[in-house]
This record gives sequence, C-alpha cells and structure tokens, in this order.
Amino acid sequence: MIRTPLRPLARILSARARGENPDAIERENLHQRHEEMRDRLRLRAEGRLLVMSVLFLCAFSVVGARMGLLAASEAVEPRAAASGASILAQRADITDRNGRILATNLSTYSLYAHPQQMIEPERVASALVEIFPDLKRDRLIKDFTGNRKFMWIRRKLSPEQRQAVHDIGDPGLLFGPREMRLYPNGRLAAHVLGGAGFGREGVHSAEVIGVAGVEKAFDGWLRDPANDGAPLALSIDLTLQTAMRQVLLGGMRLMNAKGAAGVLMDVHTGEVLAMTSLPDFDPNDRPRPLTEGDASDSPLFNRAVQGVYELGSTFKIFTAAQAMEMNLARPDTLVDANAPLRWGKHTIHEYQRKNYGPLLSLTDVIVKSSNVGTGNMALKIGAKAQRDFLDRLGVFDPLPLELVEAPGARPLTPANWSEIVAITATYGHGFSTSPTHLAAAYASLLNGGTLVRPTLLRQGRVAPGPRIVRPEVSRASAEMLRQVVVRGTASMGEVPGYAVGGKTGTADKVRTRGRGYYKDKNINTFASVFPADDPKYVLVVTLDEPSDNSGEKPRRTAGWTAVPVAAEVIRRTAPLLGLRPQIAPAPASGILLARE
Amino acid sequence: MTDMVYGPRPVAGGEPILPRWWSTIDKWSLSCVLLLFGIGLLLGLASSPPLAARNGFDAFHYVERQAVFGGAALLALWVTTMMTPQLVRRLAVVGFVCAFVALAFLPFFGTDFGKGAVRWYSLGFASVQPSEFLKPGFVVVAAWMIAANQEVGGPPGRALSLALTVVIVGLLAIQPDFGQACLILFAWGVMYFISGAPILLLVALAVAVLLAGTVAYNGSEHFARRIDGFLSPDVDPTTQLGYATNAIREGGFFGVGVGEGEVKWSLPDAHTDFIIAVAAEEYGLMLVLAIIALYATIVIRSLVRLMRERDPFIRLAGAGLACTFGVQAMVNMGVAVRLLPAKGMTLPFVSYGGSSLIAGGIAVGMLLAFTRARPQGEIGDLLFSRRR
Repeated sequence: MIRTPLRPLARILSARARGENPDAIERENLHQRHEEMRDRLRLRAEGRLLVMSVLFLCAFSVVGARMGLLAASEAVEPRAAASGASILAQRADITDRNGRILATNLSTYSLYAHPQQMIEPERVASALVEIFPDLKRDRLIKDFTGNRKFMWIRRKLSPEQRQAVHDIGDPGLLFGPREMRLYPNGRLAAHVLGGAGFGREGVHSAEVIGVAGVEKAFDGWLRDPANDGAPLALSIDLTLQTAMRQVLLGGMRLMNAKGAAGVLMDVHTGEVLAMTSLPDFDPNDRPRPLTEGDASDSPLFNRAVQGVYELGSTFKIFTAAQAMEMNLARPDTLVDANAPLRWGKHTIHEYQRKNYGPLLSLTDVIVKSSNVGTGNMALKIGAKAQRDFLDRLGVFDPLPLELVEAPGARPLTPANWSEIVAITATYGHGFSTSPTHLAAAYASLLNGGTLVRPTLLRQGRVAPGPRIVRPEVSRASAEMLRQVVVRGTASMGEVPGYAVGGKTGTADKVRTRGRGYYKDKNINTFASVFPADDPKYVLVVTLDEPSDNSGEKPRRTAGWTAVPVAAEVIRRTAPLLGLRPQIAPAPASGILLARE
Repeated sequence: MTDMVYGPRPVAGGEPILPRWWSTIDKWSLSCVLLLFGIGLLLGLASSPPLAARNGFDAFHYVERQAVFGGAALLALWVTTMMTPQLVRRLAVVGFVCAFVALAFLPFFGTDFGKGAVRWYSLGFASVQPSEFLKPGFVVVAAWMIAANQEVGGPPGRALSLALTVVIVGLLAIQPDFGQACLILFAWGVMYFISGAPILLLVALAVAVLLAGTVAYNGSEHFARRIDGFLSPDVDPTTQLGYATNAIREGGFFGVGVGEGEVKWSLPDAHTDFIIAVAAEEYGLMLVLAIIALYATIVIRSLVRLMRERDPFIRLAGAGLACTFGVQAMVNMGVAVRLLPAKGMTLPFVSYGGSSLIAGGIAVGMLLAFTRARPQGEIGDLLFSRRR
C-alpha cells in the first residue's frame, strides 16, 4: 500500500510560492482520509446491519411459525400428567405359603375439596353428611366458607360413595386416585400382617406405608421397585390359620378367657404356620392404640409375640432334657421328690401341697409335674449351667421374628441367676417369655436337638442349627411329653391317631400393681408336639385368665382349659398338615407274643 | 434603522418544522408503533379486568391508566422525534446520568412491591422503574463512546463503554433483574458488532459458547436436565407456561372470540408477560402474526434505513435502540411459545405498565429521530464515484 503523505512536498512548495498557508493542504488531506475511513466503516456496518436485519427477520419468522404450529395443534386440559407423579404407590402383595393373597392393593379414590370453587357450600355439607354420617355438618360449613383453599374429606372411597359424591355435582369436590391396601381375609392373621396407612400424600397419589407387623418390618422391601412386584410369601398357611383362629375363638369363649394366643411351628424349619392372638382386629380398619390403661388389653396387642408371661411348668421338660444331656439322669432314674423342698428360707410346694415323693422316676417328675423333683434336678445341674442352657435355646433373647413388634418385646429375666431362681425357673416362674419363644425352644429340643430360628417367611431347606442336645435326649424328651398326655396332667390332650405329647403350664398372673401373684388369675399354657414318635410340629396355646365353670367350682388349671383347646386345634390342623392318623398303633411285640 | 428603510430582513429560508418532520420521518414505523399501542389498549380491555377485580377497582381501571400513560408516551415519542440527533444525544446523556443515579440508589430507597426484587420507586400515584429509562440512555451513551473511538485520535470509547456496561449489569444483577441485564449486554454487543468487531473474536466467542455448552451438558446433570426439560415437547400444563401454551392452542387461527378467553383468569401475569397468550386465545393466530409483523417491520425498516447512515454515532445508536426493542418483543413472545426459557420481559407498547410505556415511547422516539431522512452525501457518491 502506498501511503499518501499528508504534506506532499510539491503542493506545499507551490502553495508557498503562491503565498498560501500550507497547513490547509494538510487539513484537507486529513479530512479526505477521515472521509475515506468513514466510508470504509460504513461499508462494513452496512453489511453487518444487513446481517442483523436478516437475523431478526428469521427470528421473528420462527416465533410466528411456532405460534402457527401451536395454534394448529389440539389443546389439552390443564391436568398434570400421571407420569409426573413422584410418589411410587405400587406395593407388593403379601401371600401365604401357598400363594394365596393375604394383602393386596385396590385402586380407589380420595375425596378432597377446593372450598373457593364451591358453589353451594351448605348444600354440599348437608349432602356429604348424608353420605358419611360421621362428618359434622357445622364443621364442614365452617371449613367450606372459611379461608381454606384445600381440604381432605376422605382418604378412601368405595365406588358407591364415589358415585354419591358425584351426584352432589359441585365443582369444588374433587377426586384423587389412590391405591389402598386391602386385606381380603379381614381379621385372619391380623397381628402378623399389621396394617398399612398413608404416608406422604398428594392429590394424585399417596404413599402406602406399613404401620405394624410384617407390613412395617418389610416396608422397604414391599415398596422396592427392584423386586418388580414379586409378592412377599409368608410361612403362614391360610387354612391352618383359619382353623386355629376358629378353635381358639371358641375355646376362649368356652373357657371364659379374656385372651388367647396360639403358635403352630414346624420343628425343623422354624416356620410359623399359624399365629393367632385374640382378641384381634380388622387390619382394613385398624383401631387406634389405647391412650390409657394397659396396652396389653388392646386388640392390637399380639399376645403370641409381645405377651411375655411366666409360662409355668412347660419349662420343666428343659430341666429333664438337660439332666439327660449332662448324663445326670436317664428317664427311669429315681429323683428325690420329697415335698416340700426347703432352700434357705424358701419352701417349694407341689401343686395343692401334694407330695409325690419320696422318690419319682424322671419321667414321672414330668408326668406329675413335680416342682420339687425338677427343683432338685436344677440343684444338681447348677444355676449357671441351667441359665446357659436356657440361653442357648434363645428364651432370653428378643424374638428374631420378622415382625416390627418382635424386638420390642424382650423377655424379662432376673439380673442375678441365683440357685433359688434356678429352682423356680424349672417350673417357669421368675422369668417371662412369649409363647413364640416357648414354641421355638420346644422345636429346638424336639426336632432332634438342633436350634431353630423362628421365622414368618416361607423357607426352602433350612440347614440345621447348632446342636442343643443329643438326638437320644431329644427322642427321650418327646417320649416323656407323650407320657404326660397318656397318663399325666394333659390327659385331655389326647387326639386319637396323632400321638400328641405336651406339657401343661399353669402360672399365677403377676400382679400389675404391687408385688406377688393373683390367686385367681392364671396364664394357662399347653406346649404340645405331634406326632410324639417323630416330632414334626409344635403347638403352643395360651389362655389368659381362663376358668372352666362347668364343674362345681371353677377349674383354672391348664389341664382343664388350655389342653382341650389345643387338642381341638390339633384335631383340626393335623389332617390339614398332611399327617396320617395312625389308627390303633398295635405294638408289634404283642402280635409276636400272641403267635408264640 | 436599516430595517425601517429597507424593510425587515427576510428570515433565513428555513423549512417549516412540522412539514419537514412529516416528510423526513419514517412513516411506516410510526404507523406500526401507533398500531401496536392501539392493540395494547384493545388487549388491555381483555386482559386487565381480572387484575382490576382482584385489586378491587373498576373493570377498566387499568385500561384507563394505560390510555393516560399511553397519551404521555405518545407525546414523549412525538417530541423526541422532532429533535436533531445532537439534541437527542445531549438530552439522552443527561437522562442517562439521572437514571444511573436512580438505579444506584435503588437498594436504599426502592421498593420491591412484595415481588422479591427491588426495581421500583414508589411515587404514590405511580411507580417508576429506573432501569426502563436507563436502557435508551445507555444505548445512546455507549454509541457515542464507541463512535468517538472511531475518530482519529479519539478517546478509548470501546473500553469505557464496556466498563460502563459491566457496572450497569452488576447493578441490575443485584436487584436481581437478569432480564434487563441481558438486554443491556445484548445492546452493547450489537453496537460493538456493528462498529466492527473483529470476525476472529466473534468466531472464537461462538466456538467458546458451543464448547462451554457441550461441556456443561455432558458434565452437569442438573444443567442437562434443565435443557432436556426445556427441549422436551410436553409441558406441565399447570404452570404459567402450560396455561399460555394451552391458550394459544385454544385460540387456533381465529380465536375463541372477543372476551371469551379463559387464560386471563388463571394467569397472574396475563396483562404483562403473557399478554400475547391472551391475544392468541381471543383473537387467534391472525392478531399474533399481525403483532409479530408490526415489530418486525419497525426493527427491520429501521435497520435498513440506518444502513445508509453516514454518521457512525447515529448508526450505532439507532441500531442499538432498534435491536433492543426487537429483542425485547421477541423474548416475550418466544417465552410464550416455549422457544426460550421463562424470563419476565414485557411486550413493548402492548403490555400494561406506565414506566415501560413511557420509556418505550422515548426509546422509539429516539430511534425515529435517528432514522429520519437527512442528506447522506449520496450525490457525492454518484457524482464523484468515490472509492468505496
């Protein structure tokens, strides 16, 4: 590029010659240069302005086109898409061990109101009170005419109720879809299932959460989408559960008991096949917890798990079994049973101050339920060894059952396991456990001697637990229990063909206020096993404050109350369990003798 | 004495002011502005009664106010168009200084009317939003600085104007009013572009924005979800946007009929930010396209007229004003049709609002003053065919 000088020498010289100011030439050149620069800039700006114009034209066209597209498309109702709901309401079903439904979900609707959209609040309130008699008209009118913008009226509606609300026809009444938990079997297995309620709630859905029982213990699992809706299979058998509940309900009425509990357990797997606590409730309409009084009087109270009682003489068999395990005795060993037993300042009496002594075989100690006999055995065994044995059976630990209530119901044990405690413990006094603890301990003792862990979930094969007693001891224990039924305190427990064995327990109820025991209030327990020659199932039946008033004076021992009820349960359930009755188990030796 | 003897000296033969104004003004743009104002009043009749009902005024209280402010705005516009560019520049600089001071004192004396952002001065009978008045003043001042930079031996105007922009954007951001801040930034960007930003810088900027966007999209889940949510075709119909979109759909091509619209009852901002939805619902696509055409005409005609402008200051200031005006309209409508993320910005001359109306009148008045026809030395171009 050739630069033009601002002061070209030729022009300057000639201008000087003409006597003009040469600065004018410089200014003129400067001006010209400035003009050129402006022209250049304008040219560039012209292009860029054109670019801007085209850009704006395009942008406006896009906006217009988009408007046209929108105008040409269909309008949708302003309603939130169901997919946008963030609360996952789907909850897995719960089934029994054969896949029959115990808990499932039902689509229903909730009813809510937008009072400011309501046209005739007073008429709506009256109509609603007609449909739902428990609503208060004045309260509704106050809510509908006040400042509230939103209010729930009903969490769940039946289809008939929904139609009735539809027929009111007010735009201020609205329905939100709900998934509700349904227990089609009503009160059956109520305590096992617990119940469900609503957690976080929105208009379009609500979270269903478990509030008790299995529903709460497995809440996370039931709501986990990763399980893909797979049902939770419990160990409960619906048929057995029905039979047991029916029998217990009838037995509770006949025996004038205020409560009853029953646990039927498989001795090998620890599966709870049926578990009933009476009085019970309908999980579809769970009652409110008691706010005053004794929580154990509420129908929500699960006596089979939460009820820790002194379960009485049912524990005697453990003393006998331990004595055999430690080779201190055999079933026919004679034991000192001279009543009463004095230990320090304590005196241990037999029932009704009888005396079975002076000597009894170990089997007869169990058959006659001799407190003195087992007490003497306990002294031989030693307090610490006895405590360790019971501890290994798991009766001092919280129940490892899959119920949310289970860990809360801890057995009550004395802090110092002295020898007098050891003596009373043999007949089940001085410490408290639940019927399910007892069932699990019986199962562990009688299944061949390996520990089982009680469970509410259906199990496949279960590996045997740690050994508690030798198989011979287990067999001998079962035989002793059989003898109790054949010729002992539980003679009413005989069910033809099923070789029932068992041990009764009659315990005075601990006073709720003050020390000591009630004289006329008992907890009666029958812990049974069947068939005794090859133990398969353990049944524990507990009656709370029963009394058999059919005789001259009320009879309150387990043999008269819990045993017949348990026998009826076995009579009903054993065939359902697939056990063949062994009609007239004629001893083979007898036939041989006749031939000879 | 001389006058007495020879008679009065003839006045320098200037043209009469009004005919001169009429012959040089951009009549198309002026008509478009008047039409827009008329449409604004018409839509105000439809969109503001719900607001009036909520606040307990007569049904057309806000229409009356709009008419009064509109009259003031049109007067301001007319007076401004009569001025020479030099006078416009002087007054704009004074106005800019005033507005800037007002903006700076906003945190101490301003009010937020319970909306969470301190943007207004409450004067009792009306409220003033200084940032509305700051915009045209800023454009003129920045254009002046950038133009001065182009003179031989001029001040470093570009750097100065950039510094000024940053300060103002900062002040707006602490209100917070990111919409206006973006508008100010955009105005400066347009003027910088037209004054001759190096192409290399522009390309580098575009690449940087693309890269940053890609990195953010891949790196930040939050950002990606925002973008995906914005791009996704379904919109939650219970949001303001959903209602607006639905209103446009409801309106179709010819609208549901005057006064028959529903959206104005459900949208709290129906008379300002979403007035285009009201227009679309009641009058249909026809009116919306007409409104778009009016804005496009004003912006594009002004830009095309400025292409012939020789004075760099007028060119820059005019382009800045036109683009700000156009972008504001476009953002408002783009939000309603979900082309842009939600941003509260009024539709100039159509939305309700005293400050924005009067400030808009002044801004467009300046624009029309800058685009008035004046000799541009075309004869010189023709006769001397100067090197271009």
